[in-house]
Amino acid sequence: MPLSLLSLQDATVRFGGRAVLDAVGLDVAEHEIVCVLGPSGSGKSTLLRAVAGLQPLSGGRVLLDGRDQTGVPAHRRGVGLMFQDHQLFPQRDVGGNVAFGPRMHGEAKGERAARVRELLELVGLPGAERRAVTSLSGGEQQRVALARALAPRPRLLMLDEPLGQLDRSLRERLVVELRGLFHELGTTVLAVTHDQGEAFALADRVVVMRDGRIAQSGTPLEVWQRPADEFVARFLGFDNVVAATVSGQAADTPWGKVPVPEGTPQGPAALLVRPAGVRLVKPAEGLRCTVAARTFRGTHVTVHLQPRDAPGLEAACALREAPGPGDEVGVAFDAAEVVVLMEPSARA
Amino acid sequence: MRLGLMALPVAFFAVFFAWPVAAIVARGLKVDGAWRFGRIVDVVAQSDIRHVLWFTTWQALASTALTLLIALPGAYVFARFDFPGKHVLRAVVTVPFVLPTVVVGTAFLALVGRGGLLDELWGVRLDTTVWAILLAHVFFNYAVVVRTVGGLWAQLDPRQEEAARMLGASPLRAWRGVTLPALAPAVAAAALMVFLFTFTSFGVVQILGGPAFSTLEVEIYRQTSEIFDLATAAVLTIVQFAAVGAILAVHAWTVRRRETALRLVDADSTARRPRGAGQWALLAGVLVTVAVLLVLPLAVLVRRSLDAPGFGYYRALAGEDGGTFLVPPIEAIGNSLRYALAATAIAVVIGSLAAAALTRRDAGRLVRGFDALLMLPLGVSAVTVGFGFLIALDEPPLDLRSSWILVPLAQALVGVPFVVRTMLPVLRAVDVRLREAAAVLGASPWRVWREVDLPMVRRALLVAAGFAFAVSLGEFGATVFIARPDSPTLPVAVARLLGRPGDLNYGQAMALSTILMVVCAVALLVLERLRTHRTGEF
Repeated sequence: MPLSLLSLQDATVRFGGRAVLDAVGLDVAEHEIVCVLGPSGSGKSTLLRAVAGLQPLSGGRVLLDGRDQTGVPAHRRGVGLMFQDHQLFPQRDVGGNVAFGPRMHGEAKGERAARVRELLELVGLPGAERRAVTSLSGGEQQRVALARALAPRPRLLMLDEPLGQLDRSLRERLVVELRGLFHELGTTVLAVTHDQGEAFALADRVVVMRDGRIAQSGTPLEVWQRPADEFVARFLGFDNVVAATVSGQAADTPWGKVPVPEGTPQGPAALLVRPAGVRLVKPAEGLRCTVAARTFRGTHVTVHLQPRDAPGLEAACALREAPGPGDEVGVAFDAAEVVVLMEPSARA
Repeated sequence: MRLGLMALPVAFFAVFFAWPVAAIVARGLKVDGAWRFGRIVDVVAQSDIRHVLWFTTWQALASTALTLLIALPGAYVFARFDFPGKHVLRAVVTVPFVLPTVVVGTAFLALVGRGGLLDELWGVRLDTTVWAILLAHVFFNYAVVVRTVGGLWAQLDPRQEEAARMLGASPLRAWRGVTLPALAPAVAAAALMVFLFTFTSFGVVQILGGPAFSTLEVEIYRQTSEIFDLATAAVLTIVQFAAVGAILAVHAWTVRRRETALRLVDADSTARRPRGAGQWALLAGVLVTVAVLLVLPLAVLVRRSLDAPGFGYYRALAGEDGGTFLVPPIEAIGNSLRYALAATAIAVVIGSLAAAALTRRDAGRLVRGFDALLMLPLGVSAVTVGFGFLIALDEPPLDLRSSWILVPLAQALVGVPFVVRTMLPVLRAVDVRLREAAAVLGASPWRVWREVDLPMVRRALLVAAGFAFAVSLGEFGATVFIARPDSPTLPVAVARLLGRPGDLNYGQAMALSTILMVVCAVALLVLERLRTHRTGEF
């Protein structure tokens, strides 16, 4: 296995008695883009701060290029951090902000100016050197913050909610740009976000965090297709999760018998049925449900269904076929869209 | 690193404050090499001393309340309203603060005393009542409240209040719920300063109090210079020291409870023209208050200095002075400026280091104690500082008696708390993540301070320097003990002239005071220029 650029070994941070980071182990290889995904309070920002040297560890180690960083102050670690709300220096112009890092590293004035020019071109703001940071739009500030973070050529670039404050269309465009840019530059990136769309679009590998621990790690496709447990599934927006008992090719659930893929381990488990696997049929032909609400999703409609005496579930429907609220429908399940989660559900 | 920052301020205070105070206390309490602590009880038990203690406390409380009542609307107007001549007016309200107490006392005597302006016009005299003292205290401390509270107020984001309005709060509720809590630490800090200044008031009470009203400070001075009873003076000093220490401890504790990182915006962006009859009336009310309370006494002072035909009093200043000084009084101007510049430099260096050390949120108990210690010279009587310098710094290894630096050192001691108090709130309000952003980009802690903190606190630093300079110029209680006869400062020269009989001396004192007032006004106007013409680059 090649040497990791960044390696966390049992990294632990405690605030008071509470472990915000709980024995986290994580490796990031050179040129890899890793996205840490988790709800707020899951410890993902603390993870970045610990790597940056802004938050001392209560236990464990952070290694960069195989070297233990314990006792190395933030300004000597050679990592970049882009803050959530950018934290541009308000009393400096755009050029002054981007040039800050190179200046701290003692680069000559001429080189600095060239570097600033090059970076501003790279992020799509050519010639913006003399502009005041207060005059920039949110997207422009984000670009300047990125240029500033890249300017000292950090061996690892960390992004804290990089697109968090931008509006949706801009976010979707920038995330594609960012991925292209990082691949072109060969930058090693560790980003954290609470937005799964952002994580899946940006990352080579996604790490889902929960309560200071890593819940799952894998490629976006792996995580999306096979959430490790109920927490990950629900965090990714899947609400059709129930406790089940698998026997043979089917599972007993509050929704009745649900077919499961071949080779599923027998016994109690948590079951996820993706909305696409919830087919609407005639009321008499399946689980009888009432349509509680409809949510328009652009390409499809999510139908919220309420069976009698069982948890509600969601179905994805084509626009034209979606029933209206109050309609009675029947539900059948598609084995291909059923995922048995690794942990048995804590919820009954 | 924090200990490194603190080393210089701590050393400074140990040598130039703790040691002289210890020396004077020993001189007073030690009889034939033995400590006589029983004297404290004896002295405080005397009924006239108890009377002094009581008067000192209640007049300080009354002065503080009256100052807040009158100056808070002024702070609001200066922070939120934009009107022609605002910058000049801001300097005008600061001038009284830097005037020597002796001059202010005399100016108020000329205004409300026998034969004064009110007496001439309506036959009203206030000099035998406590009102003269209280009004003079408001005159002095108006600027403290306007500067401390108004300075922060101007930088509070008005949108916070607007957000509260949108949530259904009435203007008053919004102010009470959003702005007031943000201002509270500044109001508390200002109130504490005013209380300390009035608690240790000297010149004003000396002149306007007559035999009826005497503060602890006046009593200490009387015991020291008139009765030569050093033991009693020392005991009174200890009592004052304890009272001030207790107040400062409470203050440090309350401030720590309430400090929050505030949303600060550019002060220039928050002020706008008054709108509606109410706001115009408020502005008019503040302007009238400033005119009657602050400008009128100064106008009377200037008029008195011009009583002799053809600037007679001013011309007399340049002449040989028949014995009051070894040099013409006019030379006091140069002395004062030189001393004040040196004192400002010392105060800014020491105060900035201390403020930087105190900024850290993880500051330990030791550092917090240091915070309170820095305020002590404000509370301890200037007379004690001056007298302590005289007796403590007159022998090897530190024989500074004949050195010019002695005066700036004493003045800097009084200036440092201003620097710390002005810098600390702003330093603490700097977003800690900006510092982290700089650190991640490769800036060492020292460079972080220089690159991030300093540009943000430059305004506060200038204000602090201005305060230190003004305080040094007007410092009287300590300087009078240690200024050499051949190089008096302006306030010392004024006091000496006042102490001698005759219209010429009185007129010369008025003329010299007017010059001091002009010097201060010019210095402050320059400062105001610097404040408004700041540019983005450091």
